[in-house]
Amino acid sequence: MSATLPLAQADAPLPAARRDIAPLLLVPAVVLAALPFMSFPTWITLTVAGLAMGMMLFIMASGLTLVFGLMSVLNFGHGAFVSVGAFTATFVLLPMRGWLEADSLLANLGVLGLAVLLAMAVTAVLGWAFERVIIQPVYGQHLKQILITVAGMIVSEQLINVIWGAEQIALPLPTALRGAVFVGEAAIEKYRLLAVAVGLVVFVAMLLTLNRTKIGLLIRAGVENGEMVEAMGYRIRRVFVGVFAAGSALAGLGGVMWGLYKETLVAHMGSEIIVLVFVVIIIGGLGSVGGCFIGSLLIALVANYAGFLAPKVALVSNIALMVAVLLWRPAGLYTKGRH
Amino acid sequence: MLIRLFSGDLPRSRLLSVILVAIVLGLLFAPFLFSGARPLNTAATICIYIVLVASYDLLLGYTGIVSFAHTMFYGIGAYGVGIALASRDEPTWGAIVIGLAAALALTVVLAFIIGLFALRVRAIFYAMITLAVASSFAVLASQLSDFTGGEDGRTFGVPELLSPGFTLVDHDVFGRAVDGKLITYYLVFAGSLALFLFLLRLVNSPFGRVLQAIRENEFRAEALGYRTVVYRIWANVLGAVVAALAGALMALWLRYVGPKTSLDFEVMTDILLIVVVGGMGTMYGAVVGATLFILAQNYLKMLMGQASEMVSGVPLLAAALHPDRWMLWLGVLFILSIYFFPIGIVGKLRLRRAAR
Repeated sequence: MSATLPLAQADAPLPAARRDIAPLLLVPAVVLAALPFMSFPTWITLTVAGLAMGMMLFIMASGLTLVFGLMSVLNFGHGAFVSVGAFTATFVLLPMRGWLEADSLLANLGVLGLAVLLAMAVTAVLGWAFERVIIQPVYGQHLKQILITVAGMIVSEQLINVIWGAEQIALPLPTALRGAVFVGEAAIEKYRLLAVAVGLVVFVAMLLTLNRTKIGLLIRAGVENGEMVEAMGYRIRRVFVGVFAAGSALAGLGGVMWGLYKETLVAHMGSEIIVLVFVVIIIGGLGSVGGCFIGSLLIALVANYAGFLAPKVALVSNIALMVAVLLWRPAGLYTKGRH
Repeated sequence: MLIRLFSGDLPRSRLLSVILVAIVLGLLFAPFLFSGARPLNTAATICIYIVLVASYDLLLGYTGIVSFAHTMFYGIGAYGVGIALASRDEPTWGAIVIGLAAALALTVVLAFIIGLFALRVRAIFYAMITLAVASSFAVLASQLSDFTGGEDGRTFGVPELLSPGFTLVDHDVFGRAVDGKLITYYLVFAGSLALFLFLLRLVNSPFGRVLQAIRENEFRAEALGYRTVVYRIWANVLGAVVAALAGALMALWLRYVGPKTSLDFEVMTDILLIVVVGGMGTMYGAVVGATLFILAQNYLKMLMGQASEMVSGVPLLAAALHPDRWMLWLGVLFILSIYFFPIGIVGKLRLRRAAR
């Protein structure tokens, strides 16, 4: 059969994959659909709050979904990295309280940046160690992976209690980030604006890395078909370890941001948020960064609108959204081979 | 007769048989062997946990399904009985039956829907979805405080026969008053025994064999003509129903329901740990594991407290040995047993026997 194919066809470039844009339209659709039910200033406030929460969720979820795509490892202990990140930040934030309370945005952001860097460094190292000790012996065995990463989460949470004590720690926002700015009548909390900005920076940086660099090409190819990348002579395990450490560092960043958002730290804050992160990943489609981004925003926006309109419904809004999405696309918004 | 009762699935190891007989006798005579409320409470908790863990083993060990929603069904059973009793002025058996029936109906419907939705997909997907559903349910239960009592939970009375003030006969029997607490204990014991034997019957039936086939190789089981999704949904529903019944027994025993005792994620991790340490895919693992775990939970903490005081000068070590940190050591044990001891205590004992 193949001999009869015209030669020209073999030389022609592969047809570009068609972009699947329907999920992209979901976020604006949800945002617009909420408008008629509330006043305009409320809508602005809720939308910004939803975007901020969505960005934080995305930061925590993106590493996890990439790791799953690469090696089909789902780390149930990811939430522990979130907690560890938040608690590590207190090493910087509590002794340098004076800088946090100073009335200068620069000093505030400086000390915050230092805390974030430390948190990310610690969680990256922790992620690397976690991969070595906990995950490496159980590649390819899903049952054991789930059990052992849950165990890793228990141990990490307890270690947090051992190191930082079992009491919750108050973590006040820096002076310059407290309060709200007014756009017309709509109040927008300053910290939420910062969260949106940080989230956008992470998202763009991740897109650039994935789409414009060689390592990004390898990661994308690995998520698409790991065996093929391996067969071409690349050690996918090394890529994986890198992505795992980077994902853990992002969880640490997310933890610091989430801790400041909540203004109190408890050891199980990570395992609470990880449930939402899982819902995000299921909605987005396992292994898809784009789906993860859309999923995070959807979950957070719906939770915020529902929390305002019908507080009791908001408790199950994420499950309802997950069910709705899975009815539409049983494997999540984006799956392998669909972009 | 005995073989029939055990559904032909005997312990298959002399040491294991001895341990099991000791545990059953210990539980049977617990009210007479020990005095005080605490040992009896420990014994009742062991009975209920054996059922809870065995019903989870039906999913994890026999079918290879990882669910994080098991405590949700346990909680539904507990809350069903608890809310029904708390809403009446006079606690009656009728209220228990109605509450239990409602709880079981909800359990069957939820387990069926979750199974239908999620069991077609891979193990990891199912684990994630059940985790999300269960935690939403726990949040719901603690928020609907008019109905469930919120974080505080609800205390309630039980029918007169089971209440502590009731005495059946005036004089003591073997040095123990025959009061409502004793009757409740034997209700819990008998109920747990019946449920355990039912589960044993189930896993040794042709149905149970199909479940094991699915665990070993789902593709092959499907190719043999078994509709694996149907079997997995059935396993899910049956496991959930037994968990709900265990929850109902727990509610009757404690005369209290609350999120901490039934819906908390910590209960779920306890179950996981017991199944793994006891031995996955062996119903007897639940008996040995639950007994060890509950005994450790109740008595090891005291030892840890003493050890912590002894090293109180050493900063981190003292904190690590604090009784509240006992989950730390259990977590380490959990990891080690998955690596070095994946077949659990019962698996190991049976292997030793087989090697001879």
